[in-house]
Amino acid sequence: MNLQSMLPRKAVFAAAAVAGTVLAAPLALAQETVNIYSYRQPDLIKPVLDAFTEETGIATEVLFLDKGLEDRIAAEGTNSPADVILTVDIARLQAAKDKGVTQALDDETINANIPAEYRDEEGHWFGVTRRGRVIWASKDRVTEDAMSYADLADPKWKGKICIRSGQHDYNIALFASLIANWGEAETEEWMKGFKENLARAPDGNDRGQAQNIMAGECDLALGNTYYVGLMMNNEEEPEQKDWADAIKVIFPTIDEDSGTHVNVSGMALAKNAPNRDEALELMRFLASDAAQEIYAAQVYEYPVKEGVEASADVQSFGELNADTLPLTEIAKNRRAASEMVDRVGLDDGPSS
Amino acid sequence: MTDQLLIDRTAAISPPAPRARRQRHPLALVLSAIVAAIVLLPVLTLAGIALSGTGEDWPHLVNFVLPRAATTTLWLMALVAAGTASIGVTTAWLVVAYDFPLRRTLAWALVLPLAVPPYLAAYAFGEFFHFTGPVQTAIRETFGFATTRDYWFPDIRSTTGAAIVLSAVLFPYVYLTTRVVFIMQGRNIAEVARTLGARPGKVFWKILLPISRPAVAAGVALVLMETLNDIGASEYLGVRTLTLSVFSTWLNRGSLEGAAQIAMIMLVIVFALLMAEQWARRRQRYHAVRATQMKARPPRVQLTGPKAGLTTLLAALPVAAGFGIPLYVFGDYASRRLQQFADPALMHALTNSILTATATALFTIVIALVLIQAARLARSHLVTALTRFAMVGYALPGTVMGLGLLFALARFDNALDAVMREAFGISTGLLLTGSAAAVVLVCSIRFLALAEGSIRSGLEKLPPNIDEAARSLGRTPGQSARAVVLPLLGPAILTAAVLVFVDTIKELSATILLRPFGFNTLATHVYENASRGQPEDGAVAALLIIVTSLIPVVLLSRALARDREAMM
Repeated sequence: MNLQSMLPRKAVFAAAAVAGTVLAAPLALAQETVNIYSYRQPDLIKPVLDAFTEETGIATEVLFLDKGLEDRIAAEGTNSPADVILTVDIARLQAAKDKGVTQALDDETINANIPAEYRDEEGHWFGVTRRGRVIWASKDRVTEDAMSYADLADPKWKGKICIRSGQHDYNIALFASLIANWGEAETEEWMKGFKENLARAPDGNDRGQAQNIMAGECDLALGNTYYVGLMMNNEEEPEQKDWADAIKVIFPTIDEDSGTHVNVSGMALAKNAPNRDEALELMRFLASDAAQEIYAAQVYEYPVKEGVEASADVQSFGELNADTLPLTEIAKNRRAASEMVDRVGLDDGPSS
Repeated sequence: MTDQLLIDRTAAISPPAPRARRQRHPLALVLSAIVAAIVLLPVLTLAGIALSGTGEDWPHLVNFVLPRAATTTLWLMALVAAGTASIGVTTAWLVVAYDFPLRRTLAWALVLPLAVPPYLAAYAFGEFFHFTGPVQTAIRETFGFATTRDYWFPDIRSTTGAAIVLSAVLFPYVYLTTRVVFIMQGRNIAEVARTLGARPGKVFWKILLPISRPAVAAGVALVLMETLNDIGASEYLGVRTLTLSVFSTWLNRGSLEGAAQIAMIMLVIVFALLMAEQWARRRQRYHAVRATQMKARPPRVQLTGPKAGLTTLLAALPVAAGFGIPLYVFGDYASRRLQQFADPALMHALTNSILTATATALFTIVIALVLIQAARLARSHLVTALTRFAMVGYALPGTVMGLGLLFALARFDNALDAVMREAFGISTGLLLTGSAAAVVLVCSIRFLALAEGSIRSGLEKLPPNIDEAARSLGRTPGQSARAVVLPLLGPAILTAAVLVFVDTIKELSATILLRPFGFNTLATHVYENASRGQPEDGAVAALLIIVTSLIPVVLLSRALARDREAMM
């Protein structure tokens, strides 16, 4: 009746032995390591990190955490093992800076490789890759090939648009950039119209919206560019190729003279980085051509460094003309955007 | 004997039964005070954060968020309570009172949905009933439809849908608690009523439901706390609950204080509800306990023909939904990713999961026993109320609970480090923060409610003076606990251990927040591999979660069955 008799004894010993090795492993390779606290899934960064280790001999340890990462570093304080922070969104970079868990950096290589609009003014973070938040439109049912974000509030699309939750980081960043460009009042008017055009209350994730378009539930959706590349090349779930095939990518513009809203995945140097030199090497490496190319090829994102090409699949969407608004402006308006989503009741879906 | 194994929430929240006044034990009091302090650590830390806030988030919350979120949450809770109660009570009554094909198998299979984490169930249901899933595809092929615009199909991504998903995986809590009552008392009381001329329907409504009410309430209380702490399922299905507003306040509006304030208010409300519910049925418990004295057990009603087949189907349906659909969906994904089985990282994750869950189960049992014993000895209402309040922490999302513990542990570690540097010139660094011990600790605190409820209800079924008898025969309190009380509590403790084990295997959000570098459990492994919201890429690990939880559940059911047969 006791717990131990429920597990075969051998398994317990084997388990203990494996656990021993697991715990001992980090100690064994304690020579040169960078500790990465990451919002990005380890799988997505593994190719670049492997390339980094091969080139420099510096090992990497990744701690993946998608909620509360800044809070954890802040709580750990001066004893924090974090060297660098990797994020998937400008919001989290800025949040890390605001929490005081990053340090400023003025590095020639990084400054030369990363355009200024994708770097923090004070050098606390920089973008590593970019993605556009674009319109996915049904190939069969949508004739338009060019649209603006403002068009999404046009009553002609009533009941035709699908999105994931308005409180999701990616949508919040888009709405924040609209606020920065249009002002709060105009954006709120737009959001009210946009809400009435929804086919259903927001739910699921970005790819689910492509699925909805294929299913005929809606004609338009908002999504990030790289998902299309991922769906097009999903060999394990080939069904997703059909989803990708049902849609075309439209690069919407914010205003006539500005481009498409772009968000970044980026990195920052942790304030109390115990391995600062190694961390710096990693940061330079991720800003280099080699890493930028790996990223572009493997995860279908746009490189930040000029002169590095996006993958062929991504280029097939057409030309990305990115909005040049500094990312910090977007980060500043997040709270306003989040409150607006609640105020308008965007996540409740259309009122009729 | 076995039948005491109910996880009786009644018990978990009721004051200790009046007992003869006994001597206070200073050592035990100190020990239990330390344990209570540890258990309260995260909740108190969160309360501190909440109090440090300015309240600047409230105008917005009150005007635009909370009314809506609270309504949705209450509606969801009502639906889930109704769903789990009706499924749990019906299935429990069927397997206890009737004999039909596959009854024995179904009696334990009805516990299986507990092995499926709600966030994975939501995804599985979403896919299964989606336009591109097997159900709608079959409908379209049968009737020749092309798109969703050609026919109507209920939408799983809705509040009702979320309630169905949550009910499908959470009803076993009600099933477990209610079945015990039916086994212990249902059949003989029903028999008596029937001999007196009551029709079966009347017996069910007038007798069985009332006597099982405390057990149903106990199970439903656990279900509702899990519903409240859920974030994955409701987020995926597009249901805006209060929990979701905790997260949007914290992450999108950068106000941890505001988030903690919402969380604390949720806790207070849950606590008040539980207290009110318990107060409202002080008397039922007395009757129920008295009724256990009846020993004779009438045989099950043998069903035959279509009735038997229908009953089998009815009892199998919840298993098919809560266990079958997730198994089908993730099994299908896993079949295309068999190479993942060879991944050494998967074996590490499995090992870590089993070790963490075992350690958590043992540790939780120990602290539950200490707290229960302390409540018996101290009989201080304040201590009792405080620890009960800490247990309501089960209603908090894991991330929020995890943050509370993270801050507390980090403060302790850094203070210790500073002292050690000052005094001895050595750095102890982060001793607990970001260690596997922190993971075990947070899971133990989260799931204490499960263990405590189960053990306390077992304890309350024992004659109150059983250990006093041992004492009067010259045993010390420790000896009497070891020699008399613990052995009798065996099945209750085993049940508690299995429930905590299973919940720890499923636990994701607190584990991922507090784990050390390179430490993956199956749940975090699924999450890491489910890159960019594609749980299918973690399908193999997801299956392993289900299978790993299944083993103790099956072993438990068999142990219980053996016990019951020995007794009858």
